[in-house]
Amino acid sequence: MTNHTQAEIVRQSLKKRYRKEKRFRAYGILAIAIALSALVVLFTDIIGKGYTGFMKTSLNLEVELNQEMMFLDDATDPKQIRMADFVEPLVQALMKEIPGATEADRDEVRTLINPYASADLREALVNNPEWLGTTREMNLLAHTDVDVYAKHAGDSAYSIKLSEQQREWVDQLVEKGVVEVGFNDTFFKGGDSRDPSRAGILGAVVGSLLTMFITLILSFPIGVAAAIYLEEFAPQNKLTDFIEVNINNLAAVPSIIFGLLGLAVFIGLFGMPRSVPVVGGLVLTLMTLPTIIISSRAAIKSVPPSIREAASGIGASKMQVVLHHVLPLALPGMLTGSIIGMAQALGETAPLLLIGMVAFIVDVPNGFLDSATVLPVQVFLWAGSPELAFIERASAAIMVLLSFLISMNALAIWLRKRLERRW
Amino acid sequence: MTSIPANANMSEKTLHDENQELPTLAEEASHTGESIVEGKTVGTPYADDAKFKLRDVEVFYGENRAIKNVSLDIATNEVIAFIGPSGCGKSTFLRSLNRMNDSVESCRVKGTLELDGQDLYDPRQDVVELRARVGMVFQKPNPFPKSIYDNVAYGPRIHGLANRKSDLDDIVESSLRKAGLWDEVKDRLDATATGMSGGQQQRLCIARTIAVSPEVVLMDEPCSALDPIATAKVEELIAELSQSYTIVIVTHSMQQAARVSHRTAYFHLGHLVEVNDTSTVFTAPEHQMTESYITGRFG
Repeated sequence: MTNHTQAEIVRQSLKKRYRKEKRFRAYGILAIAIALSALVVLFTDIIGKGYTGFMKTSLNLEVELNQEMMFLDDATDPKQIRMADFVEPLVQALMKEIPGATEADRDEVRTLINPYASADLREALVNNPEWLGTTREMNLLAHTDVDVYAKHAGDSAYSIKLSEQQREWVDQLVEKGVVEVGFNDTFFKGGDSRDPSRAGILGAVVGSLLTMFITLILSFPIGVAAAIYLEEFAPQNKLTDFIEVNINNLAAVPSIIFGLLGLAVFIGLFGMPRSVPVVGGLVLTLMTLPTIIISSRAAIKSVPPSIREAASGIGASKMQVVLHHVLPLALPGMLTGSIIGMAQALGETAPLLLIGMVAFIVDVPNGFLDSATVLPVQVFLWAGSPELAFIERASAAIMVLLSFLISMNALAIWLRKRLERRW
Repeated sequence: MTSIPANANMSEKTLHDENQELPTLAEEASHTGESIVEGKTVGTPYADDAKFKLRDVEVFYGENRAIKNVSLDIATNEVIAFIGPSGCGKSTFLRSLNRMNDSVESCRVKGTLELDGQDLYDPRQDVVELRARVGMVFQKPNPFPKSIYDNVAYGPRIHGLANRKSDLDDIVESSLRKAGLWDEVKDRLDATATGMSGGQQQRLCIARTIAVSPEVVLMDEPCSALDPIATAKVEELIAELSQSYTIVIVTHSMQQAARVSHRTAYFHLGHLVEVNDTSTVFTAPEHQMTESYITGRFG
């Protein structure tokens, strides 16, 4: 009798327990679904808005390089090159493509051509002086307004600045294949520009790589050495505890504070130049160090004590125990932590604003002491720009940044797998 | 049906081991009729050709006195077994013989501990040198996650015992042979050691220890993680090794102590109660408490 009722009670409570379990699982699935949908929304938004940033609008023109029209007899003479007219051949070439365009429409036609196209033509001619007097097939940038119209006609978010007449022409030119929307190689070949059509990401990518290089070569050895000392050699006392608390606190300090520190110490006190990757790397090193120290300590802690005992039982010195056994076993964890710290640093904007890496820099940096900007700062600059054509560039830059981050994290996983297999 | 009581037993046993309240001295004395006198050991704790000469040894963990006034000689090339209930300090005592307790921050050792007349705890005594002379085998097999060859070669390498590859090969082979492992692993010396069975791993650890030719081998419950067949192999190995090494073994298995050791020391609550020839301890123990322990009345 008692057995029966007890079984009853157990069965009753079982039902309740299973219901609870089901509910708990549902919560878990819901949480993952929310996270995933947020990710999907983010990606579709960025990719949807930004893929056009990877496309540019160009003009395929038959340019007649007439000496008289350009006031140029000798393309090797720098003085003549300076004085020559490189706009007229382009305007004439485009006029030829637009039936019914008269001399009166000259200005309207000219504003379809990118202001920098004449500079491109000049450069081409300087490099190939023998082109003078011939007619050449050339691919030149269209004006940003044409670019916006060609890519976003009918999109209410974009205001089209072309006149009715110009729109009609562009439509005709697109049909004829003179105006062409294609892959935006300019975006990957140059630095920033005031003209969205000319703006490129290369300067920021190189700036980011230089800054990351400085950060990596400083923060990884310092962080690992600090972690090893604190875990293996430091005596357990108040001072060690104090240091530990402070390292943990540093990991939670807002990154802009590190920027202020960098401004005060590296630029103010040591007189280092502003806007350069070296200072950016130093500031990001300060910011990344706590992350690397904490993850490296965790990795060292997870090495089983039996391995240490085994080595010291044979007579390995403390140093040998650490170098031969603890470090190789902890390395995958250390590397993972460091790469995640680096990824964090790669996406950091605030501290770099304070040390002047937010400047408008057109040239691709050539070294650690050249003025530079970095990817997230470039995104910040473009996103804040009033010209709508910059917004799609900002989205495209975000995609470049994200692909960097994804490849860094993939590298972290690959390294961990590889090193773990070896041991 | 059968599995449930077995499981229940297991968990009960673990609980028992962990939470075991050891009987206090007074309680023990009241029902054995014989009490422990601190520093006084029944039997034959002293030997003529002492390898280790240990006098009035006390080990503290912070305020807790884990070893109380123990004096003992360990003779050259003898196998001595330390037995006693959990928490009696036998492992602590063993680990103080090659200063493995140094890494425990709160641990202090007092008294005289001499190896061949040389003070172990002399500040000038080099720990690395000491551990090359006094090797240790641990409770759980703990091979390095490296190849079998590298495991055995590690000690000779760090101590610079072999200058040429062929010398090192010889040391590895002879150590593995002594550990009775050579025939099993000679074709896969480059395989990782962690892929071996538990018994093989433990014998590899013994090979690794004897590769540096220590004078003494300390063994801390070397068979507690092994099945009976692997245990038998390790015990055989201990018998062979006793020809050339002094062996100190801590064990929970009284049969094992009886099988492998020449002398047996019984520890209780940090006291060394009795040391005698193994046959004496297991047939006619002098101390009442030793008898209670080996007949299974407690522990």
